[in-house]
Amino acid sequence: MNEITTGFLKAIELIVTLDPEVMEIAGRSLAISLTATLLASVVCIPLGGLVHFHDFTGKRILINIIQTLYSLPTVSVGLFVFLLLSRAGPLGVFGLLFTPTGMVIGQMILISPLMIGFTISALSAIGPQIKDTAISLGASNFQAILTIIKEARFAILAAVVLGFGRAISEVGIAIMIGGNIRGFTRVFTSAMALETARGDIELSMALGIILISLALVVNLLLNRIQQR
Amino acid sequence: MYLIEVCELHKRYGKAEVLKNVSLRIEKGETLAIIGPTGSGKTTLLRLLNLLDTSTSGKVLFDGLDATRASERIKLNTRRRMAMVSQKPVVFNANVYSNVAYGLRVRRKGDIHEKVTSTLEMVGLSGYENRNAPILSGGEMQRVALARAMVIEPEVLLLDEPTANLDPRSVDIIEGLIMRLSRHVTIVMATHDMAQGQRLAHRIGVLMNGEIMQLGKPWEVFARPENMQVAEFVGMENIIKGTVRWNESGVVGVDVNGKIIQAVSSRQSAVDSRGGGLATGDYQLSAGEEVYVCIRPEDITLALSRTSSSARNSYAGEIKAAFLSGPLARVELGCGFPLVALITRISAQEMGLEVGKRVYASFKATAAHIIIRR
Repeated sequence: MNEITTGFLKAIELIVTLDPEVMEIAGRSLAISLTATLLASVVCIPLGGLVHFHDFTGKRILINIIQTLYSLPTVSVGLFVFLLLSRAGPLGVFGLLFTPTGMVIGQMILISPLMIGFTISALSAIGPQIKDTAISLGASNFQAILTIIKEARFAILAAVVLGFGRAISEVGIAIMIGGNIRGFTRVFTSAMALETARGDIELSMALGIILISLALVVNLLLNRIQQR
Repeated sequence: MYLIEVCELHKRYGKAEVLKNVSLRIEKGETLAIIGPTGSGKTTLLRLLNLLDTSTSGKVLFDGLDATRASERIKLNTRRRMAMVSQKPVVFNANVYSNVAYGLRVRRKGDIHEKVTSTLEMVGLSGYENRNAPILSGGEMQRVALARAMVIEPEVLLLDEPTANLDPRSVDIIEGLIMRLSRHVTIVMATHDMAQGQRLAHRIGVLMNGEIMQLGKPWEVFARPENMQVAEFVGMENIIKGTVRWNESGVVGVDVNGKIIQAVSSRQSAVDSRGGGLATGDYQLSAGEEVYVCIRPEDITLALSRTSSSARNSYAGEIKAAFLSGPLARVELGCGFPLVALITRISAQEMGLEVGKRVYASFKATAAHIIIRR
């Protein structure tokens, strides 16, 4: 019990004094996950739109598959991307294993189903009367699609925020693809796993507190968005 | 040439035949009201006019050009000459300004600010520019929707029950706007409110079960319905079965349970009760013909004694029921046949009308309209 209290106090101290190692890890975590979220948004929002605005056979099945992949285990993605990026893998020549870029790719794959799926739901929630109104007011088909996306903007933003939340909190890819290399690929989750194993509870706790605070901020943001 | 010509339009959703052989010609500058009960196909007709849906068969011509099966480009250009306001107000999740500016923006028009400002002024929403449209009241939202349609200065304005479910004040405002617009815009409006059709339209089309039953000037539709269904819909509460006994130079005597009702058989007034395409102009009613006599309840006057008015029809009767309905009193009489009269509340009170009292009901022969029973 005593260990937890002293660990907690030490952790607060590390945060308040802006400990260079804690700050460095926090900065890198944010950079990697924000990049992954941003890139995934650029790909997934249009993809979600493509699925939503087109009728094709197997659409329902595709959406079911996408929804199943929401709970994709991070270690499975880690293994998959590891096999892709390892020296012998098809993308081995790029030497991306154990690099931040590799981690970005892994996180993108992890959160893509979530973002595509939530984009589709967001667009489906916009009733047909919005499209009719847009078309009736003289919008071309493309302009009408833009209008629907704009109507769904808050729900789509929620998908982005959720994706970011999942990216920053996952540990499988961080360890398997990142490799937890100090000063290079070490992020919140991989550092916590390692430091806890090594008995450096204070550092783990400090990182944990920051991570939970981030989750809180993400949640508050989400609530605000959904109240619009 | 007509601005809009609708030719034999059919629309089927699955097995349901929503529109059957609808043909209409709409002149530039005209206000046409499509009246009919809920589910009669009014919305479908407007959607087809707006090219939002494709008909199962038939054509819609604009300026003589068939737009129904044209390319997307032509459809878009045709649609951009029109604007539609739907029954349930639909606004975009944005402020009022952006909502109203929408049609101008998609057309890449200039002077957006000026046009939006002046249109908002017209609909009485100045100062609402930055309000979030979805949180406005129903009446305000519908005015935003109307402003959004007006701002693009369409040649044709399609209004689908624009005042349904709105408070009386909003209805007044919107009807006032429609009346102003109708001076220079062609308007097609659907409504189930007959009085509204009468107030606003140059012509009325009665749409029932997907068919145009009658098309004509408001007074014709209300006073000279062509068949039973239209008669019932336009508020002909007195539809009495009878047999023609005589026809003397246009005045017809109809035997109803032994009493004679006199009706002027004008050339247009005797028509086929199926409302089909029967040429009625030369039709002569002759003795023995089975007919319905229709009398609007407001055309009947009541008196306590037999007056020597010019009304050809006067019957003594007993009041079976009487109740107030707004500023009017509805009186149901038995005078050999049932008769419903609508009189003002004041005159009902002055005469002391109550159930069981004997009164005289009179109406002119011109107020009695005849439909042939088939």
